[in-house]
Amino acid sequence: MIKISTRLKTLSLAITLSLPLSALAQTEIQWWHAMGGVNGERVEKISNDFNATQSEFKVVPVNKGNYTETMTAAVAAFRAKKQPHIVQVFEVGTATMMAAKGAVYPVEELMLDSGEAFDKSDYLPAVISYYQKPDGTLLSMPFNSSTPVLWYNKDAFSKAGINKVPETWPQVEDASKKLQASGMKCGFSFGWQSWVMLENFNAWHNLPSGTKENGFAGFDTEFNFNNKALVKHMENLGNWQKSKVFDYGGRRGDSLPKFVNEECGMWLNSSAYYGSIKKQAKFEFAQTMLPFYPDVISKPQNSIIGGATLWALKGHPKNDYKGVAKFMTYLSSPEVQAWWHQETGYVPITTAAYELSKKQGFYGSNPGTDTAIKQLSLNTPTANSRGVRFGNFVQVRDVFNEEMEAIWNGSKSAKKATDEMVKRGNKLLRKFEKANR
Amino acid sequence: MIENRPIDTFVSHAVLLAGIAIVMFPVWITLVAASHDAARLLQIPLPLGLGDQFFDNLKHVIGEGVNNSVSLGIMLFNSLVMALMIAFGKIAISLLSAYALVYFDFRFRMMFFWMIFITLMLPVEVRILPTYEVVAQLNMLDSYWGLSIPLIASATATFMFRQTFLSVPDELLEAARIDGAGPMRFFFDILLPISRTSIAAMFVILFIYGWNQYLWPLLITTDKNMYTIVMAIKQMMEALEETPQWHYIMMTAFLAMIPPVIVVITMQKLFVKGLTETEK
Amino acid sequence: MLLKQVHFKSSALPYLLVAPQIIITLIFFIWPASQALFQSLLLEDAFGLSSEFVWLDNFKELFEDEHYINAFGRTLFFSGMVAATSLSFSLVLAAMADRVIKGTGIYRTLLIWPYAVAPVVAGALWVFMFYPTTGIISTTLNSMGYEWNHQLKGDQAMFLVIMAAAWKQVSYNFLFFLAAMQAIPKSLIEAAAIDGASPVKRFWTIIFPLITPTTFFLLVINVVYAFFETFGIIHVVTKGGPAKATEILVYKVFNDGFVGLDLGGSAAQSVILMVVVIALTTFQFKYIERKVEY
Repeated sequence: MIKISTRLKTLSLAITLSLPLSALAQTEIQWWHAMGGVNGERVEKISNDFNATQSEFKVVPVNKGNYTETMTAAVAAFRAKKQPHIVQVFEVGTATMMAAKGAVYPVEELMLDSGEAFDKSDYLPAVISYYQKPDGTLLSMPFNSSTPVLWYNKDAFSKAGINKVPETWPQVEDASKKLQASGMKCGFSFGWQSWVMLENFNAWHNLPSGTKENGFAGFDTEFNFNNKALVKHMENLGNWQKSKVFDYGGRRGDSLPKFVNEECGMWLNSSAYYGSIKKQAKFEFAQTMLPFYPDVISKPQNSIIGGATLWALKGHPKNDYKGVAKFMTYLSSPEVQAWWHQETGYVPITTAAYELSKKQGFYGSNPGTDTAIKQLSLNTPTANSRGVRFGNFVQVRDVFNEEMEAIWNGSKSAKKATDEMVKRGNKLLRKFEKANR
Repeated sequence: MIENRPIDTFVSHAVLLAGIAIVMFPVWITLVAASHDAARLLQIPLPLGLGDQFFDNLKHVIGEGVNNSVSLGIMLFNSLVMALMIAFGKIAISLLSAYALVYFDFRFRMMFFWMIFITLMLPVEVRILPTYEVVAQLNMLDSYWGLSIPLIASATATFMFRQTFLSVPDELLEAARIDGAGPMRFFFDILLPISRTSIAAMFVILFIYGWNQYLWPLLITTDKNMYTIVMAIKQMMEALEETPQWHYIMMTAFLAMIPPVIVVITMQKLFVKGLTETEK
Repeated sequence: MLLKQVHFKSSALPYLLVAPQIIITLIFFIWPASQALFQSLLLEDAFGLSSEFVWLDNFKELFEDEHYINAFGRTLFFSGMVAATSLSFSLVLAAMADRVIKGTGIYRTLLIWPYAVAPVVAGALWVFMFYPTTGIISTTLNSMGYEWNHQLKGDQAMFLVIMAAAWKQVSYNFLFFLAAMQAIPKSLIEAAAIDGASPVKRFWTIIFPLITPTTFFLLVINVVYAFFETFGIIHVVTKGGPAKATEILVYKVFNDGFVGLDLGGSAAQSVILMVVVIALTTFQFKYIERKVEY
């Protein structure tokens, strides 16, 4: 008996000793992301918290520059067989990633293969529909998602005597003129113009941006958005730039100072700027839904999502993907999502996180912060408002940016520039189709 | 002696001071921005003078690090190692190959010559992705070797030393031969000492070239302990959906400027002498 | 190519001497570069999963694209302006520094700073100063009634990248000009002074002609710099915009390949660019080679 018990002791000792060893043999999960600054710190926190919940896997977040640099780095790494497990790709890269069938591991398949519980119905349809295959398979895990909203300066509004928050574009114009009359330099500005003023404009008015359900039904899609409504809108913006009803301030978020420094009273951009505006604005501000043209549609459809999702890349040992799956589950848990949503202004990706935020009283103490979700799920998405899926979209957006800037600075007419967008964009689409046959 | 009227001297100094004011203005603004807090840098009119936050910003940048807790010291150290490895590595291999090309007659000399010189003809951005693949296959990602060696593969220094050697009088070699010196002794005892200004000039150019790299380190490092300082500055500017934190960016930019500036300033005389002796 | 008239005829040594550089060049340049060049004949998806040999389609596409053709003219204008701005500015400063006796060292030390600043950082500095709403210079201009918005106005954007690029090159030019001027024998200038030539006349009739070789050398260096080494600045300051106003050739190579992941199209552009560089280098070679033979 004594002998046996000593043996047991040695055995248990061996087990305890081997524990730190197994901790050393943790499987590393590389997660390449594009979040610098404060959001980068939040990404670190999520990873550390996950690592603390279990000892088998260790998620290692690596900041690889901005969105395009991160994607290029992942592509280069894949070509050299050094790819990370998870890479954060912005919505513009969706078609490119989707076309790379041998490279990406669809998240839904990954979850099933790893035996991780996964129920698609937990996720907000408006959020995941952008990233689903035609058969409904979820390709990538939404991480930081947002949608454009109309931000406005409440103090400036009351000073200018605007007592009704604008809902339509004519009302925006009206309000802008009143703001200018009250001493502001410009009425409104915006960022990410292709996303806000083109893709979302079309979705919001239930107009197509391209054929084949905006590219969801096939790579042989073609741009066809040079419709009357959009051209008219572009023309309006071009004219408004002249009188500073609208003042352009850069392709991305560069125009934010115009709003927070009270040059312009309104700003149309991602709902995820909540934190930045809150930190910088020395005035009362609020967000509301995007404006629409009542002569185009009587009630707006729904807006589309932007931001980035997490893609799993193939080529790692099977066991690694168990870790990826566990991490994805952790990431989607209501607590993590609610925290992320409330800290950043990105929309929650699950119904449970939305409900949790409601229960925690977040929307009560921060009125308007649910605008984005409401706007995304205003109506059941149509073929025009599910999202867009176009190849070579990074370059296509460059083309759109260029042509729009030509309208703003008056060097091209709205009609001509919009036609050029369609023509040049289609060329890039055909090239993509040819390269991905 | 040329008569120098006081008015001429005065005008010269005035023009120089004005020129320096223009050239140094961006540097001054860096310092100004690094010495205020974030809120002040968004208020109009913007400050033109120094604020009182310099040491707070410095403490923040050094203490908490930039870009998700990478220590600034480590990044500065990495930049330094990378710059020095590129400078010394390139100078060493270029001296040797230039020596062979100028002082030896051997088969394939012209072929080697063109193989080296063709590297001048393709901008680095173009081949960056295939080069990454090579480095990855050699398992040199996340290493100082990977950071520096691929950037050594260029002909600028070889070209320069070749020019220097060509201008060395032939009599020197004849004299060395009479003294019974072999090729390597001639190289170390005679050629290297007379090329030292060119070497110094090349060191300055290459150190700055290495220090200022951005795309390459970004692509091949995934380990935070291998990040370089210039890469970090760019990453700080890319904060998504936030306004860049200019006071920290400018502080880091200022710190990143100091080492190369020290190198240029301390070596300026040799730098100019080395370059003008060969190029003029 | 040039070889010393007096030289060694050693058997193995020269091979050993060139070996390090040749090996590094083969592995890290020739091999990847040839892959990049081969890529110009391919149409490939980003991940390299499917690729098709398309002969010269990528080139054809470029020359049919008016925007690409326009980029040539824009690149010439940009390079010319960068060289002219930077050269004339530093020439004036060097001429002044050549005349003063006291303080040359301090002036030189201060003027040398921009050379040490990384292109990306230089870009950041200039963006910071000209940021439309909160830049120190842009807000000053706005308050004086001149409207600055380089994100909207192409000519202002061009001006900004030219200034940022020229600024970085001033130091280098200044050092060379000053060294060249100080190498001119003082007796020549004194003789002219005795003849009663004014300082301005002395500069144009004696100093300037004598430093022509330096000026010419710097011109080549500056143009090459503006052609190839400014993409970092453009990337940070304007990203080629607004409406392509600042998209120069090398930026387009970078943007299409590294950002847009159109590897074939980007490679084709670099082949074209390479032809341009070869022309430029031959030009520079000839010039410098002739100088050495003197």
